[in-house]
This record gives sequence, C-alpha cells and structure tokens, in this order.
Amino acid sequence: MNAWLAFFRRDVLAGAAFVVLVMVTAAAALGPWLTPYEALAVDLAANYQPSSLAHPLGTDNLGRDTLSRLIAGSRVSLGIALASTTAGLLAGSAIGLLAAWQRGWAERLLLQLVDILLALPELLLAITAITVLGRGTISTVVAVAVYAVPSFARIVRAAAQPVVGGEFVLAARASGASVFRVLTRHVLPGCLSPLLAHTTVMLGSAMLLASGLSFLGLGVQPPDAEWGAMLSRGRELLRTAPLGAVAPGVAITATVLSFSVLGDSVRDATDPWLARHWRHSR
Amino acid sequence: MRLIGAAVLRLAPVLVVISLLVFSIVHLIPGDPAVIAAGLEASPATVDRIRRDLGLDRPVAVQYGRFVVRALQGDLGMSIRTGVPVGQEIRDRLPHTIVLAAGGVALAVGLGLVVGTGAALSRRVVVDRVLTAGSLLAASTPSYWLALMLMLVFSVSLGWLPAIGVGTPAHYVLPCMALGLQSAGAVARMTRASVRDVLGQDFLRAARAKGVAEWRVLVAHGLRNALLPVLSLVGLRIGGLLAGTVLVESVFAVPGVGRMMADAVVARDFPMVQGGVLVVAAMVVVVNALTEVMARALDPRVRG
Repeated sequence: MNAWLAFFRRDVLAGAAFVVLVMVTAAAALGPWLTPYEALAVDLAANYQPSSLAHPLGTDNLGRDTLSRLIAGSRVSLGIALASTTAGLLAGSAIGLLAAWQRGWAERLLLQLVDILLALPELLLAITAITVLGRGTISTVVAVAVYAVPSFARIVRAAAQPVVGGEFVLAARASGASVFRVLTRHVLPGCLSPLLAHTTVMLGSAMLLASGLSFLGLGVQPPDAEWGAMLSRGRELLRTAPLGAVAPGVAITATVLSFSVLGDSVRDATDPWLARHWRHSR
Repeated sequence: MRLIGAAVLRLAPVLVVISLLVFSIVHLIPGDPAVIAAGLEASPATVDRIRRDLGLDRPVAVQYGRFVVRALQGDLGMSIRTGVPVGQEIRDRLPHTIVLAAGGVALAVGLGLVVGTGAALSRRVVVDRVLTAGSLLAASTPSYWLALMLMLVFSVSLGWLPAIGVGTPAHYVLPCMALGLQSAGAVARMTRASVRDVLGQDFLRAARAKGVAEWRVLVAHGLRNALLPVLSLVGLRIGGLLAGTVLVESVFAVPGVGRMMADAVVARDFPMVQGGVLVVAAMVVVVNALTEVMARALDPRVRG
C-alpha cells in the first residue's frame, strides 16, 4: 500500500488518471443504482432539453436523459474495452511466446504476418472483421481484439526472446517440465512489466476504436447506450442540445487519456531503460 | 535504384496478404454469398445464375486468381446493392478522400514542425510539459468527436465555415483539422526530440569548425538530419489518416471512399467493402514504402 502511495505521490498525473479510472469503473459497476432515469426511457415530450436540475446534461432526440445514458454507457464502453483487450492479451501472448520459443521458418512467417497486420490501420482491420461478423456488440469485441493481437504478440516476443535462452529455462526443461509449463511459469513472468504497461495503453486504444465503430453504426446498436453510439446523432444535437454531443466525447477522451497516462507511468516505473528509449519514438 | 528494388520486394508479400484478407471476406461471411447477393426472395434459378456470374462455382484458388487479375485491371466487381461498378464508384470518390488526407497531413506536418522546433529550441521545462500533455490529449481525443466540436464552434456558433458537404475549399478546412490535429501532436513531439538530439551532435560542431555559415549548419546539416525520423513517423501516420477518413467523412457528409465503406458495411454490400479496403490498404502500404525509400535516400549513413 505504501509503495502505491509513493508511486502516485511521485507521479501526480498518474494519480489523477487513476482517480478518473476509479470513477469510471465505479460508474460502470454501480450503473443502475446511480442513474437518475432509465437509460432507455423515452420521453418525447421532453426531447432536446438543455441542462436543467431535472436533467443535468439535458436530453437527446427521444427525450432520454443524457447523464443516465452516460453512466449506463460506461458499463458498455469499458466492458468492450476490457473484453477485447483481454482476448487480444491472451491470443497475442500465446503467439508471442510461441514465436520466441520456436525458432525457424514458422516463427519468421508468424512475425511477418504480425508486422503486416501492424502496418494496416486499425479501422480497416475492424471494418473487414465487422463485414464478416455482422454488426453488434460481440462483433465489436472480436474486431477490436483482432486489432490488439499483433501488438501483444510483438511485445511478448520481444520480452520473451532474451528470457527463453536463460539457463533456468534449460534447467526447467531438463527436470522434465513441459513446454507449456516452461512458457507460462518461467518465461511469461519475465514479460509481465512491458505487458502490464501495454495492456493499460491498449485499454484506451480499444475504447477509442470500439467507440468509433459504434459511432459509425457498426458496433453497439441502438437503443443501447454506448459513448460512441451516443454521438452518432451528434450532428443533430449540435444546434438543439449541444451538451448531449459534448458529454460523451469528454467521457471517452478523459478515460482514454487516463489509460495512456497511467500506461506511460507504469512503463516508466517498471523499466527505466525502456522509458528513456521509447519516449522519443512515441 | 537498389533502394526502390528492395522496397518493391518487401511490398510484394504485404500486398499478397492484403489481397488474401480482402478476398476471404466473401467466403467467411456466414451464409451463401450468392444468396446474399441475389437477395432473400430470389428464386433458386436466379441464385444459380448469380453464382455463375460471380464465379462462385469455381474452385477457390481459381476465384482468387481471377480476383487478383481483375483487381489489377481496375475491375473490382459490382455493388450488389446498386449495381454500380465498384472501381468506378471508388474513382469518383477517391479525390475527396485524398484531398482530406493530404490536407490532414499538411496540417500535421506544418503545425508539428513549427511547434516541435520551437519547443526544442526553448529550454524551458514548462514548454516540454505542455507539449507532452497536448500531444497525449490529441491522441486520446476521438477524431469524430473533435470533428463535432469543431463544427459546434466554427459552424454552429461562429458561422465561419460550412458544416457539411463539399464544393468550396472552405468545406475541407474543418475535416482536415479533425484529421490532422491528432497527428500534429505526435509530429511535434518527434520533431522536438529529434531536433534536440541533432543539435548536440558532433557533426554540427565539425561543420562549424570547418567554417560553414551558421544558417547552413542549422538548415543543411541540422534540420536535414533532424527531419529523417519525422519523415518516417509521417509515413506511418498517413495510413491512420487515410483510414480515419471513414469517421471524419461520416461526420461532415463528405462523399469519399471512407464514407462509402462505412455505408457498405451497414448495407452488407461486400464487393463495395472489399474494393474500398483493398484500395485504401494498398495506398497505405505503398505510401509507407515510399516514405521509407525517401528516408533512406536522404540519410547519408544509409546512402553510403
């Protein structure tokens, strides 16, 4: 606990980011108990309302309370980011570990493929995936996971490469441990700190991509509340109830920014050499 | 020449993977593509005819070969919703997308270079902090929301610029800003790091020592070397900018390729999606390869 306090005292920005993320997580977890109105409750008599005591952030085109939808949306947006990042983490780590373990043409082919996928813009990959899978929340999770896999594979391979050659790995193999056990028990722990930093940053990137897909109408489908989807009719809101177009964007930006700041701090704290080296390339 | 040859060799497998990825869309969608193309009410005879027309009755390898040969000839098939040739549609829409992306790149590079160089020459810590925070903020802001906010300020409130559509140069200002500002932060940070790095190098001292004029030291020796990493970064960013038009074109109702792709996914018009993804992805990797060649050609260490 003291180490945590010391970390945040040294890095005030990371502390602020952590507070934002705790708030968003709380909103996501406690959603239904916090919302003043039903997120899906239509009240056509009260549409396009400006900010008021009854509706602090106004209402949208169907008279739904923007604050309630924002809170309800935190669960969807954060949930998608968490699910897709976790999927990308698991699949990418598996690929990265195998590529580090297995040297030869298979490894080269895998890495070549990973590099090609990394070179393609995430939106193109996601659009391709959604075309195949159809629109919807599950498809969005898969599409964003597809985008996350190659970067995790690269990070894990780079971190595992030096570890794989270690004598303790040889010793573990010699004493009869299976390849799976060696990779998960002996190699993977050596990759944890770059993995932790990348996961944090990736949560933000995943949220950014997923909300963009929902904004385009390819992700979370109406009437479900999701931050990106709330903005898909944003142009109509600009003239009538601009707060409804401002608030979801602020929520996305604040959350994504917090993930980035925290991810950078985690990297700096866990790997001072990488921090110096990477700061210039980002 | 050797550089260009090497770049083409590296490019070939990438293009093959992209074409395979795009080709496989048809076979990965659940359901029979011929039925989807014909519509649910079509008679079995119609479905069979469309299956033959699309070549879906042939072996997959033959289909892929035909797909590649036709794509190279500019034939990307027909939209299954409107019947318009996909290649034609893309040719009509591509200029808008290219103008947006080019404008975004120009803004990112212009703003990024000025701010980055300024920050590098200033020795104040607060300048660094503001730049770092600003570029992180820019990278975390969704481009489509930034687009909406720009529209709110400059069109709805101030009334300076048109909100949607195309036609006059003024129509492109806000979309280019929405696209370019994100990358401007990254370019600025890279420029700052790179310029600061170069300013401390021995070769600048050597140039001064042999009597080169100060402005020449800074421009010919300093800036030229400082810009190399920036050029590589911009090359990598162009891909994101091109794909980012999908979002920004939707906000500003620009009839470009990005908007076309988004609409096509909703309409399940897969030849349209295939064509759009193929063309944009190919542009992205070709531009990446070009900037790589340029960076290498400009780098005295690589040129040898």
